[in-house]
Amino acid sequence: MQLFRAFLLRLATTAVTLIGVAVIVFVVIRVVPGNPIAMMLPPGATEADIARLTAQYGLDKSIPAQFLIWCQGVVQGDFGTSITSNQPVLRLVLGRLPATLELSIMALVIAVVIGGAIALTGTRNRGTKVEAALDVGNGMALSVPDFLWGLVLILIFGVLWPVFHISGRVTPSLELPFTTDFYLFESVLRLRFDLWADIVSHMFMPALALAIPLAAIIGQLLKQSLKETMHLDYVTLARTKGYGENHVITREALPNAILPTLTLVGVQFTFLIGGTVIIERLFSYEGLGNMAIDAVINRDLPLIQGIVILFAAIFTAVNLIVDLSYALLNPRLRHGQ
Amino acid sequence: MASNSGTDGRSQIRRRVGLKLWLSAGWLGVLVLAALLAPWIAPQDPLAQDLFLGRLPPVWQQGAEPGFWLGTDSLGRDVLSRILYGARLALIVALVAGSLTCLIGASLGLMAGFLRGWVDVVISRAIDIWMAFPPVLFSILLIAVMGPGLVSIILAIVVIDWTRFARVVRAEAMAQGAMDYVASAQVAGRGRVSTMLTEILPNVLPTIVVLLTLEMGIAVIVEAILSFVNLSISTDDPTWGGMIAEGRTSIHQAWWVLIFPLVTLFLTVLSFSQLGEGLKDRFDPVLR
Amino acid sequence: MSFLKITGLSARLKGTAFPILRDVSLEVAAGEVHGLVGESGAGKSMIGKAVLGILPASVEITRGAIELDGMDLLSLPPAERRRRIGATAALIPQDPLTALNPSRRIGPQVTDRLVDILGWPRARAETRARELLAEVHIPDPERVMRSYPHELSGGMRQRILIASAFAAEPKLIVADEPTTALDVTVQKQILKLIAEMQARHGTALLFVTHDLGVVSKVCQSLSVLYGGKVMEATTVRDFFRQPAHGYSRALLAATPKYTDPAASLTPVPDAVIAAVQAEIAAHDRSLRHG
Repeated sequence: MQLFRAFLLRLATTAVTLIGVAVIVFVVIRVVPGNPIAMMLPPGATEADIARLTAQYGLDKSIPAQFLIWCQGVVQGDFGTSITSNQPVLRLVLGRLPATLELSIMALVIAVVIGGAIALTGTRNRGTKVEAALDVGNGMALSVPDFLWGLVLILIFGVLWPVFHISGRVTPSLELPFTTDFYLFESVLRLRFDLWADIVSHMFMPALALAIPLAAIIGQLLKQSLKETMHLDYVTLARTKGYGENHVITREALPNAILPTLTLVGVQFTFLIGGTVIIERLFSYEGLGNMAIDAVINRDLPLIQGIVILFAAIFTAVNLIVDLSYALLNPRLRHGQ
Repeated sequence: MASNSGTDGRSQIRRRVGLKLWLSAGWLGVLVLAALLAPWIAPQDPLAQDLFLGRLPPVWQQGAEPGFWLGTDSLGRDVLSRILYGARLALIVALVAGSLTCLIGASLGLMAGFLRGWVDVVISRAIDIWMAFPPVLFSILLIAVMGPGLVSIILAIVVIDWTRFARVVRAEAMAQGAMDYVASAQVAGRGRVSTMLTEILPNVLPTIVVLLTLEMGIAVIVEAILSFVNLSISTDDPTWGGMIAEGRTSIHQAWWVLIFPLVTLFLTVLSFSQLGEGLKDRFDPVLR
Repeated sequence: MSFLKITGLSARLKGTAFPILRDVSLEVAAGEVHGLVGESGAGKSMIGKAVLGILPASVEITRGAIELDGMDLLSLPPAERRRRIGATAALIPQDPLTALNPSRRIGPQVTDRLVDILGWPRARAETRARELLAEVHIPDPERVMRSYPHELSGGMRQRILIASAFAAEPKLIVADEPTTALDVTVQKQILKLIAEMQARHGTALLFVTHDLGVVSKVCQSLSVLYGGKVMEATTVRDFFRQPAHGYSRALLAATPKYTDPAASLTPVPDAVIAAVQAEIAAHDRSLRHG
C-alpha cells in the first residue's frame, strides 16, 4: 500500500517535470529570430502567403495562447504538424522511435555484458595486476564520452579494418518486408537472419560507442559493490560448504551486489539515451536524434517540440521503471517490510 | 581486517595517480602554449585554401609537400596549423564556460543545500526538469535559437550544465550543514549567509574544484559536438569539431584529416578528466 | 584416535612478522566437544577459520599441519581441500543476522551443500531439510523454507543455521561464538539446542567462546589461548577444579560464578598479563633459535 502511494507521488512529480519541459521548450523555440514559415516558402512568395501559412500553423497568436492550443491537441493525441514535411508530428516521431529504442537497448545490453564481465573478472582477480589493468582501462573508458568513442570506432572498424558498417541503419539496396519500424526484432520474428545480420552490422558500432562509458560505470560500481559483499558472513559460510570462488561470486555475492548498482545505472541509461542524438548523427543512423538535429536546423518548431517532449517522457519513464524494478527485486520491499 | 596485499596495491595506485596527474597537466600545458603561440609556431595560415594542395598526406607519406606536416584537408588547408589555432577556441570555451557554469551552478547548489526551504524546492524542481532534457539536443536547440558564435556556445554550456554543479554542491552543503560546527557558528550569532560563505563554502571548495576541472573537459567536447553539427562558429574558422566533421566525410580518402584533430581532442578530454580524478584522490581524506 | 589434529600451527599477518597463531597444537576426538577460550584477539576464532579454510586473505599460515579425518588439509590442492572440508565439516556462525543470504530463500540455503557438493537428488535434500528444521524445533518448516531471511527472527535464523550445519552429517562442526549476537533469553535455548543436536548426531564440536560458563556446560575439554598461543589444554573437569596455568586461574577469577553471580569480578591482573607476555616472548625466542 505504501509502495502504491509512493508510486502515485512519483507519477505526480513526473507530470510536473514533463509540463516544465514542455513550457521551457515552447518558450525557447518561439524566441527564435526569423519566421520559420518565411524560410520554408519558395523565394517570391508574397507577404499574404506568409501570413496565411503563419496563421495556419497558429504562429500568429501569443505564446500562452499557442501553448494552450498545443496542450489541447496533446490531450487528443495531436502534437501538431511538421512544418518541413507537412505530416503529423506524432506519426513522424513514432516512425523514428523504434530505431532509437532498438539502438539504446542494444547499447544497454552491450554495456551490461561488458560491464558485468569487467566487474566479475576484477572481483575474481582482486588485488592482482589484472584488476589494476582493468581499473586503468575502465578509468579511460569513463573519461571519454560516447561521441569520441564513436569517432575512434569509425576509424578502427570503418577504415583501418572495415568489418562493420559505419553509416545508416540498413543497406539501402535491400528489400525490406517489414510492417513495423522495429527492424531488429521483426527480422528475427520473420526468421530473416540475412537482414538481421545486416541490421546488427549497422547498429553495432553506434551501440558500442554508446555502451563504452556506461560499461565502465557498471564495471566500476558493480565491482565495488561485489568486493564489499565478498566480506560478508553469508559468503564466508558458503565457502565452508565447499563452494569455490566462482560460485561464491556469482551465486552468493552477485544477486546482492546488483541491487545498489541498479539505481545508479538507471540514471546513466538516460544519459545513454540522450547520447543517441549525436551518435545517430555521427553514424547517419535514421533515428529520433538524427531527425531532431535536422528539425533544429530546419527550424521545424512543432517537430522539435514533439521530439524533446518524447525524450523527456522516455527519461522519466526509465527512471520510473528502475525504481519499480528496484522495489520488485528487493525481497525486503517486495514483502512490504 | 585490512587486506595486506591491498596496502601494496594502494601504494601502486597512488604512484600511478601521481603519474597520470603529471601527464595530464603536461598535455594541457603544451596545449596552452600552442594556443598562445599559434601565430608564431603554426607553419601555415590556418585559413589559406589552395585546391591544388588538397588532401596532401602527412610528411612521412608519399606525395607529401614539405611544410604541411600533418597533411591538408580537401580545401588544401594545413591540418597542423588548424589544430594549433583550434586549441584557442577549445581552451577559451573550457575556461570561460567552465568557470561561469561553476559559478552559477555552485551558487545555486549552495543556496539550495544550506538555506533549504522554498529556495531548495524551486532549485531542486528545476534540476529535475533539466535532467529530463537530452543535453546534446538541448544545446543544439539553444545554439539554433541564439545563432552560432562564441558567446552562444558559452551560454548554452552554462544553461545546460549548471545542474552538474548544483546537484553535487547541494548534497555536500546539506551534509555539511548538518554538522556540529555549523550549528555552533549559528549559535554564536552568525548570520546565515555569513555562515554559508565562511563555514560551508570552504568545505565544499575541493569538490567544486574537481567538478570545475571535469566541466572544462565537458565544455571542450560540447564545443566539438556543436562544431561537428556545424553550429559552433563560422565554418571557416578552425575548430577541432569542424575538422572532425570534415574528416568524417572524407574518411576513406584522407584519414589524417580525422585522426589528428581526433587524437588531440581525445587527449585533451582525457587530460581534463584525469586531472579532475587525480585532484579528487588528492582531496579525499579517506584515500590520503 | 583424534578426529581433528592440529600440530605446530603458526600464522601471521601477511607480509609482516606480526603473529596471529603461535605454534598451536590441539586434538579433538570424534564426538568430543572442545572449547577454545580466550579474550578477544587471542586467536581462538582464527583456529576455527584455519580448520575450515576461511582465514582472511590478510592472514597466512607459516608452519604446521591440520589433519581432519586423516587428511592433511594444508597439503591438498585448494579446490580439493574446499570440497573435502565442505563434505566433512561445517560452521555455525556468530551472527545469524548476517550469515544468511538476504536474496535467497531459506530452503535452498539449507539444501545447497547437499545438492551441489554431495550430489544428492533435490527432492531427497528437501525432505532432509524439512526433517532437520523440525529437529531444531522450527514450527511449520514448509513455510520457513519458502521464506526470506528478513521475515524471520534472529533466534529462528540461528536455528536454521544450526540445522544447515548438521544437514550433511558432518563429523566436525566449528561453532564460532554462536550465541554472542543473540538476546540473553534466546542464548540459553540455542546453547541447549546445540548441545542436544551434538549429542544426538555424535558430532565433534570445536566451540569458540569467551564465556567460561558456556564451556562448563557444553564442553568436555578445552584450550585456553592468549596472544595466539595455547596456554593450557586440559579437560573441563580439571580446568575448573585445578587450573594449572597462572593465566587460566586469573581468567577463572575474572568470570562470574554461577553460585554467586552478584559477586564482584576481578579483572585479569596486570602482573599475570606481564608474566604471560614474558612466557610468550621466551617461546618466540626458542622458536627462532630452535
